[in-house]
Amino acid sequence: MIELWFAIAALMLATYVVLDGFDFGAGALHLFVAKSDQERRQVLAAIGPFWDGNEVWLLATGGVLFVAFPKVLAAGLSGFYFAIFLVLWTLILRGIAIEFRSHIEQPLWRAAWDVVFGVASALLPVLFGAALGNLLRGLPMNQEGWFSLPLFTDFTASGEVGILDWYTVLVGVFALLAIVGHGGTYLAWKTDGTVHARSRTAATWCYATVAVLWPIVTAATAAVNATLYEALSSRPLAWLALAAALGGIVSVVLGLRGHRPLQAFLGSSAFLGGLLGATAALVFPVMLRATSGDDLSLTAYNSAVPPASLRIALGWWVIAAPLAVVYFVVLFRIHRGKAIAPRQGEGY
Amino acid sequence: MSDPLLWHRLQFAFTIIYHYLFPQLTMGLALLIVVLKIVGLRTGRAKWDDAARFWIRIFGINFAMGVVTGIPMEFQFGTNWARFSEIAGGVIGQTLAMEGMFAFFLESAFLGLLVFGERRLGRRGHFLAAAALFLGSWLSGYFIVTTNAFMQYPVGHEVGPGGHLHLVDFWAFVLSPWALAQYAHTMMASVVTASFVMAAVGAYYALQGLHGGQARLFLRIGVAAGLLSSVLVAFPTGDLQAKLVAEHQPVTLAAMEGRFESGGMAEINVIGQPNVRERRLDNPIRIPGMLSWLAYGQFHRNVRGLNEFPEDVWPDNIELLYYAFHVMAGLGTLFILLMATAAVFDWRGRLGRSRLLLWILMLAFPFPYIANTAGWMTTELGRQPWLVYGILRTADGASPTVHAGTALFTLIGFSGLYFVLGLLFLHLIGREIAHGPTALNPNEGTAALAHGAEVPRD
Repeated sequence: MIELWFAIAALMLATYVVLDGFDFGAGALHLFVAKSDQERRQVLAAIGPFWDGNEVWLLATGGVLFVAFPKVLAAGLSGFYFAIFLVLWTLILRGIAIEFRSHIEQPLWRAAWDVVFGVASALLPVLFGAALGNLLRGLPMNQEGWFSLPLFTDFTASGEVGILDWYTVLVGVFALLAIVGHGGTYLAWKTDGTVHARSRTAATWCYATVAVLWPIVTAATAAVNATLYEALSSRPLAWLALAAALGGIVSVVLGLRGHRPLQAFLGSSAFLGGLLGATAALVFPVMLRATSGDDLSLTAYNSAVPPASLRIALGWWVIAAPLAVVYFVVLFRIHRGKAIAPRQGEGY
Repeated sequence: MSDPLLWHRLQFAFTIIYHYLFPQLTMGLALLIVVLKIVGLRTGRAKWDDAARFWIRIFGINFAMGVVTGIPMEFQFGTNWARFSEIAGGVIGQTLAMEGMFAFFLESAFLGLLVFGERRLGRRGHFLAAAALFLGSWLSGYFIVTTNAFMQYPVGHEVGPGGHLHLVDFWAFVLSPWALAQYAHTMMASVVTASFVMAAVGAYYALQGLHGGQARLFLRIGVAAGLLSSVLVAFPTGDLQAKLVAEHQPVTLAAMEGRFESGGMAEINVIGQPNVRERRLDNPIRIPGMLSWLAYGQFHRNVRGLNEFPEDVWPDNIELLYYAFHVMAGLGTLFILLMATAAVFDWRGRLGRSRLLLWILMLAFPFPYIANTAGWMTTELGRQPWLVYGILRTADGASPTVHAGTALFTLIGFSGLYFVLGLLFLHLIGREIAHGPTALNPNEGTAALAHGAEVPRD
């Protein structure tokens, strides 16, 4: 039962990254691939119907962690206190930018919100990537299973670490490039004209960099967390996920070169999902890794609520999850095809 | 200053009070929009759809503010109340996760269709989108109220090793009598807010001589829904809630009424100032027997005073609790009187001509917001000093690793951000109201449909 809930949490987190990832990426790109107001509204029309629902996956994943592994949520959120608020404020500004921009047709108003939207969309993947880096590197947990990290100390990934060090920043940059590339494939799929062409170019460049950085990040991870890859031989799921990621990146390259943007977007989704899946399979059962001693790590086993509570939660989850999938399928079907910037006064 | 608890409490109180300014309107408005859409469908008259379209735009801006200010609420359980989350997560995590999985997904999927999809969906489809959003937002309210109800009156749980709470009886938890009463009371109060806002906009247009038909429509719906919901807030829902407090939190009831001594024929204090140091109520105006009757249905019944309870279970801010409760109850009574008067005028066909009444209706819209906020403060201050009543004290629920200065810093951050957002929000709402309800241009509509049909499919 505990393994199942770990898998559910990992699956929902991966879904969140793939879905909100494309609107983060599109947001970060839109200052560069969309120049005129008309083009920018084309980008907003492409993500407008979806971004709110995508973000719900974050809340739902948080909720699942809350109900199944409350200690992990409590220690993680209070330990990364400042970083979490940075994320929250950025999410607030980004959501407001999308909503408020459309209501007033005034160049300065729109330009200001465009910048807020673009910067917030770029900052969030960096923050989330750095958070993932922290989990892989490990945290100074105390005897009661709590920790507290400053934003940064001396940028070394050992000793007195901060949330940001060379390793976590590297993961953050890697995440940014992957997410921007992901958003590029999405925009290439959902738009036409100049925005499509520029997005395709941007996605190509991002994924070229991602392909170069991937082995470097892998090596860096081995350097800060020597135990991680030891598990590889005994984790067939991790192999499967890595194969999906590799296949994903091949599909991105083929899709972009062959003008099949949907194939590129699906490949990009497989890449992100595969990487996260492999990570989850490798770290299991550790959720918050302690650098202060392996017995202080918070694992799925020592932080899960009792089976009775997990069974109750599974009872409603198996009803809710398919419903959520149905909503998304309906939503994507209703808004299928290329996005068209609505006429003035009709939103975005 | 160096105690983080105060700053954690202030931050949570501030962010949730600010957040709840938006859902209280959108939840009530969702119902009124469904009503407008139903009448529009049945009569086939465009003015109802025009009215719905106007309120959907107001709804959209409020909904966005509600969404973005709601995101921090879930995270603050972990950032600021980590011990509480660790201990109670097995129970309250259920409702919070269900809110995300059942309600938020539904809302987010249909919001865009409601706001931008009228042409694409047609009348019936657009009504269904409104109904889905209504269902989602009221479901969302239910999960949040159930979470709060557990903190007020814990049921369905078991205390495990280390004091952790676990859910053992799902239905006892989600159908707790406290949750049902509090939900009915809260939702009716949100309809009060929406009705007052609708009536206020109608009154504003009527006073300005703008949008004649729409002004009358807003006024009539606002007054009718306002009267009905104001009455339902007081009775039976508020009464039910009070009886539950009397039964399960007698010390809270005593503090709400500033009642220090026990005794029968307990009185309601219409006015008075609690004097905690001297343990008495200064300058009271009393209605004898009313409190006994409201709490237990009998005038002579004994209602216990604060003196009967040890001071360490007294709510820690009795003055504020007392005033919050009296503001809520006092305003609630005035709402019934105001809306009943307006309804009588309307019935006689004189509502549109009484400028005084229109002025009052126009200026009355902030007061449901005040009453709702005061009601929320009554609930939360009344629960003190407990996070989970009788099980976990507030002082034991805060994050162990977060310093006072850190918590103060993020409180200041929220204040600045929310202040700016508030100004922009008011500006946008002002523009929408100045713009007013408009008809859907039929030529534009068909053009859009034709355009939509040409969209290349991928």
